[in-house]
Amino acid sequence: MESSRSPRTGRRHSLLRTAAVTLSLATTAALAGCASADTTTRSSSGQSAFKPAAQKEGSRITVWADSTRLPSVQAYQKSHPDVKMKIVTYDGGADGSTYLQSKVQLFDRTGSGWPDVVFGTPTDVTWASEATKPDARPFAAPLDEKLVPQSTLDEFAKGSLTPCEFDGHTYCMRNDIAQVLLWYNKSLMDKWGYKVPTTWEDYEALGKKVAKDHPGYLVGSVGDTNSHESYFWSGQCPAFSLVKPDTLRTDLRDPKCTRMAKLLDDLIGAKAIATQGFFSQGFAENSGGKVLMAYGPSWYGQYLFKAGFKTPAKQIAAAPPLAWKGESTTATGNVGGGVWMVSSHSANLKASTDLVTWLTTSDENQAGAPTYPAYTQAAKAWLANPANRNYFANDVSEPFEQAANEVWTGWSNTRFSDSTAWSSVVLPALTSGKSLTETLPAWQREIAGEAKSQGYKVVDQ
Amino acid sequence: MTLLETEPVAVSPVRRGTTPRRTGRGRAGYFFVAGYALLLLAFGVFPTGYAFYLALTNDRGQFTGLNQFVKVVQDYRFAPAFTHMLIYLVMWLVTLVVLVVLTAVVLRSRVRPGTSALFRFLYYIPGALAGVASVLVWLFMLDPDVSPVSWLLTAMGLKTFAAVLAPGNLPLILMLIAFWTGAGGWMVVMYGALNNIPDDVLEAARMDGAGPWRTAWHIQIPMIRQWIVYMTIMAFATGTQLFVEPQLLQTASLGRVSPTWSPNQLAYVYAFQQGDFNGAAAISVVLLAVGLLAAGLLVARSNLFKLDEK
Repeated sequence: MESSRSPRTGRRHSLLRTAAVTLSLATTAALAGCASADTTTRSSSGQSAFKPAAQKEGSRITVWADSTRLPSVQAYQKSHPDVKMKIVTYDGGADGSTYLQSKVQLFDRTGSGWPDVVFGTPTDVTWASEATKPDARPFAAPLDEKLVPQSTLDEFAKGSLTPCEFDGHTYCMRNDIAQVLLWYNKSLMDKWGYKVPTTWEDYEALGKKVAKDHPGYLVGSVGDTNSHESYFWSGQCPAFSLVKPDTLRTDLRDPKCTRMAKLLDDLIGAKAIATQGFFSQGFAENSGGKVLMAYGPSWYGQYLFKAGFKTPAKQIAAAPPLAWKGESTTATGNVGGGVWMVSSHSANLKASTDLVTWLTTSDENQAGAPTYPAYTQAAKAWLANPANRNYFANDVSEPFEQAANEVWTGWSNTRFSDSTAWSSVVLPALTSGKSLTETLPAWQREIAGEAKSQGYKVVDQ
Repeated sequence: MTLLETEPVAVSPVRRGTTPRRTGRGRAGYFFVAGYALLLLAFGVFPTGYAFYLALTNDRGQFTGLNQFVKVVQDYRFAPAFTHMLIYLVMWLVTLVVLVVLTAVVLRSRVRPGTSALFRFLYYIPGALAGVASVLVWLFMLDPDVSPVSWLLTAMGLKTFAAVLAPGNLPLILMLIAFWTGAGGWMVVMYGALNNIPDDVLEAARMDGAGPWRTAWHIQIPMIRQWIVYMTIMAFATGTQLFVEPQLLQTASLGRVSPTWSPNQLAYVYAFQQGDFNGAAAISVVLLAVGLLAAGLLVARSNLFKLDEK
């Protein structure tokens, strides 16, 4: 308080002036300083060979799993009582969740605390296979380096381990794939005499017919966090295409993107496709019973129609992915699908790898797993399990297996989630009445901006 | 911002007519002061210093001059984040100052003391809810599917939660949340400040023919001006720290709100997604500078520290 009294005011002003001068001098000095040093030093090149941490046989392993995968881990614990485990539930499966990444950043700073085994999204592998700072080791251990036999890795569905691969090594084992296919309400289709579309053109025509004959009924939605993966990934739109590990091609002016945008715009205009998400608040209650078709991942069956919309059994059926008329190859998207990673810091790699192998490949676990397994043999066991097929109106095995092998590999995993730009830029624009086609440039700008801020070189051709 | 929090000491009214007692300046005083000083050093001064250190170096500890600042300012998300914050701040500060002062004056002069106490209590309640809880209350209020005032939202043409959260509406929504949680407390403070105005001053004004509004405008508001400035500085400081509200809206809307809506969120993304603690520190330092600059301007313009002069 003393300094605020009037006799001192003059002195205070001169003090302020001195401080200002000092500050500006310091700023100049800082500017003139060795300002050539890099502001970031991402160490993507020159990864040295994997050196495991000191191993302690029989030591306790910490497992982080999302709540959906928790029962699997608990089942392993039950059947392997000699393995010492600490199981932690965390928000690992949510779209764009960066909890694991944030935590690992901190563990890398403090030098301890890493879990041994984690369940994550394919996006997690992109950062986990690189060091988060110069002297840190990448979080994920390369599983192909004497941890998991190559013969096991070869048995995963075609392309399903692509997101796990980096720099010639495999950093994760795929738990499940979320191949995109066409879901439809067979009871309604039969009742109205509609034929299940096999091409995008048929899908569009049917959508417009439904809008006219049965207003209010929907053939899809683009309003969810991951709808772009169902439509634009399936349409082979080069939105996220890594041409080199550090170069991202994003070109939404490509005809493969614009034709999908146009198709969706037409169906949105006809009110056959909703801009409100299937998973948004109130949708299930208000419109859940009015979904005639849904183009989406294999888990839509159990999680959207059965659990969300509560559609009675034997109504919902699955059909293979749609193709464009006149094109010989069918491609589809992949909406999520989890991965298991082993930490390179683990002091018990043996137990950790064993757990991950059991979780992803054993029929014992995967036959009863909630989602379609990536491991081919386990997928057969999964499809043989009545619990995974009884609900549906047709035999889903064939469309599931076909779609699993048709996932387009041109949509890459990047260090950032592909959902952010879609949900924070495109969805609000759609809500405000803009068309998808006119929002494509803004979407591309956001993707390019995100990519550049993450150190990618961006090309659009 | 810790520096600002010490300011109430500077403006607290001194008892007039009593000479400060200068006895007992022994060790006990230092002992009592030491606790706060230590905490201030550990959680205020040291982190600030460390932020400056991080902002001027890279992740190898090399000195990089102002390059981190150049880098974050050039980030394509920097300008939008600061623009969002600015729009929000202007809306919030204007609403806060006008409505809080008006309400306090009305409560002080136009409402019977008992009723006034009841109102002050009611206004204060939302402030007792922790930040996150208050946002959750608003998430319910703003979702037409569950909101008790959904008729109002529907009447405004907002039929879905997504429509409510259109990018243009966000500053208004965040302003509403901030006002609802923060304003009640300030009304109580302003009421207290108005109470400090001696009755004979108001009596004199009345005898000179000043009505309630003239009294408010020419006597009461000028006499609590320092408190208004103090409130503005504090509100500005908390406004620049905007984080929880847009972050929760982002989660609740399944990503429809940008994860880098406010500068603090951008800093968070820098630190915990890009692993760039240095860039995050640079953004924090910019925010600190903005806060200090605004506080300095307000202090200088309003002669805030001259309250104690006799």
